[in-house]
Amino acid sequence: MGPTDLSMLELGRKLGSGELSSVEAVRACLARVDRLDGRVKAFLRVDREGALAQAEAADRRRTKGKRAGPLDGVPVGLKDLFLTEGLPTTAGSRSLESFVAPYDGTAVKLLRAAGTPILGKLNMDEFAMGSSTENSAFFPTRNPWNLETSPGGSSGGSAAAVAARMVFGALGTDTGGSIRQPAALTGTVGLKPTYGRVSRFGVVAFASSLDQVGPMTRDVPDCAALLQTIAVYDPADSTSAPVKAPDYLAEIEGGVKGMKLGLPREYLELPGMDPEVRAAVEAATRALEKMGAQLVPVSLPHTKYALATYYLIAPAEASSNLARYDGVRYGLRVEGKNLLAMYGRTRDQGFGLEVKRRIMLGTYALSAGYYDAYYLKAQKVRTLIKQDFVDAFRTVDAVISPTSPTAAFRIGEKVSDPLAMYLNDVFTLPCNLAGLPGLSLPCGLTRGNLPIGLQILGKPWDEARVLRIARAFEREHDFHRRSPPLGAA
Amino acid sequence: MSLTLEEVRHVASLARLSLSAEEETLMRTQLSAILDAVAELSQVDTSAVEPTSHAAGEVAPWRPDEVRPSFPPEKALGNAPAEVGTSFAVPRIIE
Amino acid sequence: MSVADFQPVIGLEVHAQLLTRSKIFCGCSTEFGARPNAHTCAVCLGMPGALPVLNEKVVEYAVRVGRALECRINPVSIWARKNYFYPDLPKGYQISQYDQPLCEHGGLEIDGEDGPRRIRILRIHLEEDAGKNVHDPGGGDSLVDLNRSGVPLVEIVSEPDLRSSSEAAEYLKALRDVLVYLGVNDGNLEEGSFRCDANVSVMRKGSTQYGTRVELKNINSFRFVQKAIDYEIGRQVELIESGGKVTLETRLFDPVRGETRSMRSKEEAHDYRYFPEPDLPPLRIPAGFVERIERELPELPRAKLHRFTASYGLPAYDAKILVGDRPLADLFEQVQAVYRGPAKKLSNWFLGELLRLMKEEVREVGALRFSPAQFAALLQMVDSGELSNNAAKDVFAEMFRTGRDPREIAQEKGLLQTQDTGAVGAAVDAVLAANPGEVEKYRAGKKQVFGFLVGQVMKAMKGKGNPALVNAALKTKLGD
Repeated sequence: MGPTDLSMLELGRKLGSGELSSVEAVRACLARVDRLDGRVKAFLRVDREGALAQAEAADRRRTKGKRAGPLDGVPVGLKDLFLTEGLPTTAGSRSLESFVAPYDGTAVKLLRAAGTPILGKLNMDEFAMGSSTENSAFFPTRNPWNLETSPGGSSGGSAAAVAARMVFGALGTDTGGSIRQPAALTGTVGLKPTYGRVSRFGVVAFASSLDQVGPMTRDVPDCAALLQTIAVYDPADSTSAPVKAPDYLAEIEGGVKGMKLGLPREYLELPGMDPEVRAAVEAATRALEKMGAQLVPVSLPHTKYALATYYLIAPAEASSNLARYDGVRYGLRVEGKNLLAMYGRTRDQGFGLEVKRRIMLGTYALSAGYYDAYYLKAQKVRTLIKQDFVDAFRTVDAVISPTSPTAAFRIGEKVSDPLAMYLNDVFTLPCNLAGLPGLSLPCGLTRGNLPIGLQILGKPWDEARVLRIARAFEREHDFHRRSPPLGAA
Repeated sequence: MSLTLEEVRHVASLARLSLSAEEETLMRTQLSAILDAVAELSQVDTSAVEPTSHAAGEVAPWRPDEVRPSFPPEKALGNAPAEVGTSFAVPRIIE
Repeated sequence: MSVADFQPVIGLEVHAQLLTRSKIFCGCSTEFGARPNAHTCAVCLGMPGALPVLNEKVVEYAVRVGRALECRINPVSIWARKNYFYPDLPKGYQISQYDQPLCEHGGLEIDGEDGPRRIRILRIHLEEDAGKNVHDPGGGDSLVDLNRSGVPLVEIVSEPDLRSSSEAAEYLKALRDVLVYLGVNDGNLEEGSFRCDANVSVMRKGSTQYGTRVELKNINSFRFVQKAIDYEIGRQVELIESGGKVTLETRLFDPVRGETRSMRSKEEAHDYRYFPEPDLPPLRIPAGFVERIERELPELPRAKLHRFTASYGLPAYDAKILVGDRPLADLFEQVQAVYRGPAKKLSNWFLGELLRLMKEEVREVGALRFSPAQFAALLQMVDSGELSNNAAKDVFAEMFRTGRDPREIAQEKGLLQTQDTGAVGAAVDAVLAANPGEVEKYRAGKKQVFGFLVGQVMKAMKGKGNPALVNAALKTKLGD
């Protein structure tokens, strides 16, 4: 077992005791990147010098007895949506291909303060729009479990890098499932925190009222530790909540005895559900019941409208958020005969098809004469979806469902049919619309040896309980310890 | 509902996207299909429902009126596609 | 038919910069005149990932404006994005307020053509300013400077209550005075910190149906407001009379040609796609906030004008000039509080010597070197006869320049009129002795001679004789 098989916290302990150095850990990761990433293609950019310099600094801190915390020296990766000062930040888009961020985002600053060397920037669907990483302007990322399949998206590069043990953990963002769905498809743990828990400052915006930053790790304790690092109130983000984060690791081992777990009847009726996924999730809920949880059927009657609601709200916000990529101050510019031509050509060539599709849809939904029927209507249905959860959480502590209706699908399979692709997100979207915390953890494997994800949704600010439920399941199972068949490092 | 090509062009011009003819046709088909799919929302009775425009963040703290350092020119203009002095340069704007 | 058969209907939209130190959503300076883009950061450059955080002073100032204009302050108002593309708009949208503004339903009293009128205010909302595009006259690139991007503005929208271009100008001046009084705006049209658009329509007299309105932009001086509106009224009337129809459009005022011309004629109609700004939760005004601001509101220009005429008994002309400059009015009151003499006398000094010197030296009230007590002391010296009016002007000029004490200056310059009755008596005796013929004439009834005798005494005393004392002594000695 090499150092890259360690969890973040295990590595952190070895770094603390001096058994391993951060430089060794970074070198082990880089070696794995060199060996595997030609096939997986998780990284858009590897920052070798930067990561090594940060590792050396971490090692110096340790020798001086001044470790910054349990993750000091543990190498991580970042979805390329996080602005990193002095490093290119592309958001997976041609429009930002040459953009070098002039500042560090808040989550990145927190990671630097915690001492985690940043190994590089990870591939993603362009501007986080997609569920397969095929919408990256540069190349698709492949699922380490089966290189013919997709790791999901939009944080597919982050999920693949964590699953392939090229990094110990990563940060992703989740607007409609972009952390949880790739986590499910790659057998990793991914958490979307409560909206407002983690600062969005310095994260390229997709849909501002839905976007949230979260950890992607190999197991639940790592997820808790990484969340702890970034769950800090930020006065630079007006939607960041002045709520103090609890000690997430403190109660993680508390078990599920006596907890009431809601099973939404509507979720199991959704179309397109793979029977293997259904079976694995049912087995997982029975396992949780055996551990002492009480299973309670709940109803989320407006869930079936979540997809339509999401595909109006998110594109509308995106159409406005992406207006700044106009070729004036930064990013791609394609010259034209006048200003209008410069705008049109810059944006046509800077954005990929999916991004343009959503900008068009969102622009239409906000335009004169259609606002009430589309955008405003969707905001009202959003209220009802939110209310469904408020009602459900009156009787249960958490809601359990599949993360994704299927395991990993083949690259190219859904790329030409946007509606089929959007169905990937049916289980994950409602959580974003309601602003709730949601976690995916591995709960099984298909006959084809592809991971299956279990989703746990909690009350607002109740990440601690979500993590505790996940940890209870994880302790009794070994799915999180299975490695994708890439060969040993 | 089916979008006309004119509508697709109008929306593209609002969004400052110079779509090719093929893209216009593709957008017309795909956006029409998506709009058909989202039309199911009209079935939901929302007559007594307030819209949700923010997921959370009911209290937004205000910032004191203090001047903070601005970017030095190399940061403000470091990514500029074209500049003259410390100004961004764009094709001449015709009023 | 002619312009006289039509009733103009005018509403004004005023954009006023709020005088905060930093921008509305970031900490960049709002200072004017820096090198292009020197006052920019991730937020006001519209960098990816940057987010707005509201400046508390902006809320305070806007509530001040709202309450001074008798508006209702909405406890919850909504930030909205106004989406359009322009190189000076870095995010591709302007953060503004749309269907739930901060202030609504107020009014401002002005002097209309037939006496005082209350012009209703429809709404006041907050927004960020855009940057500046400089168009190279040589035909090269346009240059974008984002120093102004994110400077806080209030937009004050009146109801279409104004009925003539002169009323519009009157309203604009009254509004500017209020904002300057509140200390939230410098009232400078030329530098663009106070800008005005006008909505103008005409209807036949007696009609109740408003005509189609035209929006006039780029009115950046008080002089232009009247010109632009008058031109536009004439244009619309002419159009209607010749059988044409006014079209809903935006027209730009060209101050060089003195005419308005259509803007964006070939562009598609604007569709700003307003929607609630997801990066900023609704603006909630905390309990007690409005009340606190109200308590701190200064006396407004119209109230002060009334008080200056009523309690100081000043003529309206004087009062208007004094009240037109809040620091000047404050200084007047400070001096008057010490002086306690006739207010009109003090006002004459303000309108005469003080304003003349301030104009000559281009000095503002805040930069004056003398104290109100010194000014009052000077006037008291005149009243008591220690200084002649002419000598006082000399002393005032010196006091204005140096801030030195008036008595000290008067002594140094030897301008003090003597209060010594002995010295006056001696001088009178000497003059009477030297002019027996004139004394004779006086006693014979030629009272005009008295003036000559006074002059002789003053001459003998080298101008330092107190005229009142001299008069009294002469009269006594002449046996009157």
